[in-house]
Amino acid sequence: MNEKVKAKVKELLASGRIKGFWGLRTMQGNIGPFLFSSPDDLDELVVGDRERPGDTRYPLNKLLVNLARCYPEEVFGVLVRGCDERGLKTLYSWNQLNPEKVVPVGIACPQELAEACECLKPFPDEFVAGEKAEGSEFVSVANVESLSLESRLEHWLDQFAKCIKCYGCRDICPVCFCKECTLEKDDFIHTGDLPPENPIFHLTRAVHMAGRCIDCGLCNEACPADIPLRTLYKKVADIIDEEFHYRPGYGDPKEKSPLNILGEAPKH
Amino acid sequence: MDYRTVLTTCAYCGCGCGLYLEVLDGRVVNTIPCKTTPVNEGKLCVKGWNIHEFIHSPNRLTRPLIRKNGALTEASWEEALDYTAGRLWEIKEKHGSDSLAFLASAKVTNEENYLIQKFARAAVGTNNVDHCARL
Ligand code: SF4
Ligand code: SF4
Ligand code: SF4
Repeated sequence: MNEKVKAKVKELLASGRIKGFWGLRTMQGNIGPFLFSSPDDLDELVVGDRERPGDTRYPLNKLLVNLARCYPEEVFGVLVRGCDERGLKTLYSWNQLNPEKVVPVGIACPQELAEACECLKPFPDEFVAGEKAEGSEFVSVANVESLSLESRLEHWLDQFAKCIKCYGCRDICPVCFCKECTLEKDDFIHTGDLPPENPIFHLTRAVHMAGRCIDCGLCNEACPADIPLRTLYKKVADIIDEEFHYRPGYGDPKEKSPLNILGEAPKH
Repeated sequence: MDYRTVLTTCAYCGCGCGLYLEVLDGRVVNTIPCKTTPVNEGKLCVKGWNIHEFIHSPNRLTRPLIRKNGALTEASWEEALDYTAGRLWEIKEKHGSDSLAFLASAKVTNEENYLIQKFARAAVGTNNVDHCARL
C-alpha cells in the first residue's frame, strides 16, 4: 500500500503538479501528519495502519484547510480514504476549499476497517492502492434503537455525563470550521459546568453536524471519555437522509447541504 | 512556505501527553494530539488542545517584573534575582524558615523540580514544598 502511494506522490511532486503533499510519516517512532514537499522525503511515508488498519488516522483535510487559507494560490495533494474524500467534497460544497487547488491521492480501506467503522463507502471514487471492501450497516445505531425510549435516553444521559468538555470532538473534526462555536457561547449552553449541560451540549453539536458529518469517526477516537459520538452522528445522518435524501460527501460537491438552502419543509 | 508538524510533550501538567505542534512559517498555529504516544493515545484535555496559544500570546511575560511603588516595572534578571534572594533571606531571618513555601511546577523538568525541593529543604530549611496545581 505504502509503495503505491509513494510512487504516486513522487510523480506529483517531481512534475511540479503539487507544491506539497499532506500525508502521514513515521517520526521519532511515532506516526503523525506531515507535509511532504520533496520527492526525497518519501521514504518514511505511511498510510496510517500501524498495528491495525487505520489505527493512526489524522484529520489531514483540516491541516490542508489551514494551509490553503494562507496559500490560496498553491495546489496541494492529500492522502484520502473514503471518509476523507467525503470530507473534501463537503468542504468544497461549504466553500472552505477550492477543488482546483487540491489533488487527492486515494486508498481503499480493508474489510476489517470498513466493519469496525460501520462505513457505507470504505473507498474514495478513485484510489491508487487497496481493494474495494463492502460497505457496512450502522449496527451500533440499530443496537441503541433496540432499547426502549426510556432506556435510550438513560443510555445517552449516562454517556454524556462522562464528558470532560475538552472540545476535542470539535477540534479534531475535519468539517468543523466555524469561526465562532455555539459550544462556547454562554447564551446557549452553561459553559462553566462540568460535565457541560447535559444533554444540550451534545445535542447541540449533533444538530450542528447534521448535513455536515462525513462519518470519519475521528471525534470518537479523540474522546477521552469514550463517548460513542460516532453512533450519535450516524443517527443524525440517517435522519437527514430520510428527510432530505442527502448524505454529505457522497454526491456531487456542487450540491448544497439541504440545511444551507431555504426550501420546502418536510411534510409531516 | 515552511509548514512543520513538531512532536513534543504537553507542558501543562505532569501527565506527559504527546502532541504535534503545527508550525507555519515560524509561528505555532495549532495542536494535534499524537495517536501513537502511549500516555494519551490521540486524546488531550482542553488545556492541551490549546497549548499553542500561549506561545505567541502578547500577555506572556518576557522580562522579569518587580513591583515598585505599587506598579509592576521591568527589571533585569540580575536585579530580579538579587531582589528575590534578598527578600527570601530577610523573611527567613525575621520569621523563620517555615514562614516560606515553595511551589514546584509541572512545566519544568524533573531535575528542576528536584532542585527546588533541595533548595527549600537544604538551603532554606523548610519542608513547605507543594505542587503548582494547588496554587
Ligand atoms: S470511515 Fe470508511 S473510509 Fe474512513 S477509515 Fe473507516 S472504513 Fe475507511
Ligand atoms: S465523525 Fe466526528 S470528526 Fe468525523 S465528521 Fe463526523 S463529527 Fe466530525
Ligand atoms: S471529546 Fe468527548 S469529552 Fe471531549 S468534549 Fe467531546 S464528548 Fe466531551
